[in-house]
Amino acid sequence: MNIHEYQAKQIFKKYGVPAPKGIMVESVKEAVTAAEQLGGPIWVVKAQIHAGGRGLGGGVKLAKSLEEVEAFSKEILGMTLVTHQTGPEGKLVRKLYIEDGADIQSELYLSVVLDRASEMPLIMASTEGGMNIEDVAEKTPEKIVTIPVDPAIGFQSFHGRELAFGLGLTDIDEQKNIIKFAHKLFKLYMETDAEMIEINPLVKTAKGDFIALDGKMGFDNSALGRQPEIAAMRDITEEDADEREAAQYGLSYVALDGEIGCMVNGAGLAMGTMDTINYMGGTPANFLDVGGSANAETVAKGFEIILKNPKVKAIFVNIFGGIVRCDRIANGIIEATKITDVNVPVIVRLDGTNAPEAAKILKNANIHNLIVGNDLGDGAAKAVAAAKQA
Amino acid sequence: MSILVNKDTKVIVQGFTGKEGSFHAEQCLAYGTKIVGGVTPTKGGQEHLGKPVFNTVKQAIKATGATVSMIFVPPAFVADAVMEAAEAGIELAVIITEGAPVKDMQMAKAHATKHGMKTIGPNCPGIITAEECKIGIMPGMIFKKGNVGLISKSGTLTYEGANQVCKEGFGISTAVGIGGDPIIGLSYNQILPMFEADPDTHAIVMIGEIGGDLEIQAAKLIKEQITKPVVAFIAGQTAPKGKTMGHAGAIVSGSAGTAKEKMDALEAAGVKVVVSPADIGKAIAEVLSK
Repeated sequence: MNIHEYQAKQIFKKYGVPAPKGIMVESVKEAVTAAEQLGGPIWVVKAQIHAGGRGLGGGVKLAKSLEEVEAFSKEILGMTLVTHQTGPEGKLVRKLYIEDGADIQSELYLSVVLDRASEMPLIMASTEGGMNIEDVAEKTPEKIVTIPVDPAIGFQSFHGRELAFGLGLTDIDEQKNIIKFAHKLFKLYMETDAEMIEINPLVKTAKGDFIALDGKMGFDNSALGRQPEIAAMRDITEEDADEREAAQYGLSYVALDGEIGCMVNGAGLAMGTMDTINYMGGTPANFLDVGGSANAETVAKGFEIILKNPKVKAIFVNIFGGIVRCDRIANGIIEATKITDVNVPVIVRLDGTNAPEAAKILKNANIHNLIVGNDLGDGAAKAVAAAKQA
Repeated sequence: MSILVNKDTKVIVQGFTGKEGSFHAEQCLAYGTKIVGGVTPTKGGQEHLGKPVFNTVKQAIKATGATVSMIFVPPAFVADAVMEAAEAGIELAVIITEGAPVKDMQMAKAHATKHGMKTIGPNCPGIITAEECKIGIMPGMIFKKGNVGLISKSGTLTYEGANQVCKEGFGISTAVGIGGDPIIGLSYNQILPMFEADPDTHAIVMIGEIGGDLEIQAAKLIKEQITKPVVAFIAGQTAPKGKTMGHAGAIVSGSAGTAKEKMDALEAAGVKVVVSPADIGKAIAEVLSK
């Protein structure tokens, strides 16, 4: 789960991680009041969406007067912001963060992420702040400092020294300040079950202090149950409505661009089914994993969500029944076609436990538009052919 | 022969009397797995599925001599169960539970490693040595005995792959579902050498997916150490960047972890890479009839 910058900064404040003062607002009027409260003389008006690259997309503006705060707020609030992380459809800006301007001497980069290779949290820092870190990693990897921290021992002084010297800091106060900053950030990372924290840019002031100018955080969904404060920060308007609806029924759904709707059990087989469709010259319309406990209701819901997409010309149901019995799935499909108006060809491949019984059930049901696939390859080929004919 | 488990392996179940634990323990017993007991704190002394229940793993090991534990406890208790098993002297823990917090798994795996305990999973279908021992939730009847080893991040693709191999007239020695979480136990680079050393495994099916770089590491190892033919499929060639595909670990971030990158690396290591999982069986038939 991701949160907004203003929420990340609330968490920073709680842990003593320095960031400029700011106020979240949802209207232009509130924006001006917030700016008056903060005092100025300069403010930053920032769009709050769950995506990076807001500045380049025109969602972050520096205001030098209350009039400018008002003008920029009007401009940004309600705009559809397109960045390299939003996709071409962009994201509607519903909230702004009005923030004090900061005294900037230089911009750095600091993040904490899970390093899968060492299976430990990794502190990553760079003198090249304010840039896309993936570009820095590609062009000048020597400018990135990486420090894995064993959670069993936590953040130690030597980690801090590696960080300070790695960033080329020579002033003793600056060294102390960055070590203190990173120490607090690491504690925050561990205690909130964060998946990643990214501060880009991390600003060094003329006084040698470090301030989080931005804050991006993502959390481990599996840990939200024990993090009620974090879980309460969820903003469902930032999530895809169909994906969210699917999740309520235990379905994992991701919309894609193609024409063949897919309903599969298991994430790996779901991806493999998409790949097979693609390989045979078709295009998958979605990823949909019905999970291990698929029944008539979830299958019906799956059909409903897939068919919301007007581009879908055929649906490929690909189930490999393990513990799940295929005859139950077959009955589920029949029930589902009664509840939902399925107006495109449905290709069904059921294999595994009780597959012969399932085939019989489907044959006897005599459903219009239903085509039986004998195996993965055969089913995918029939789905591709059906979509082409439509 | 086989790898990791066989007909003599003594298994206990942590979370034995719970709904999931009971159901699957019963299936495993029916398959022939030597389940010798289980652990459910406070229910020690009772009997369940005709086997003794213990309060702690230590007591269970002392009474039964078990070396492997199958873990079905709820997500919040997985780390505790793994660490208890490790300290008690279990040699291999197979963690089926889905949804354990990542931070917990970091701690648990580090502790397991410290005590020399191997782990498989979490969030995985388990391990099966065909017609001898099933530990987990795999459908036993599709695994006919044979000489193909299988290792996979995905449960249903494991079944798909094994089914195709058997339909082509071959069979499975051992199949291991390693899971698709960010932190997992035994992975390709520990299991591939076991298959290489197992005289009854003649070929290997390796099923991976997008995200992380375990398959890239595996390609390096295969090039250097594996002489047996390997057939591989990587799921997620058509997955978009930045979207998690079901498994917490299945996400392409930036330019790293793409299916193409992994397929190229495996191909360069001499692996027979199939573009569609529908071709796994045929590819095995091809490499084994050479």
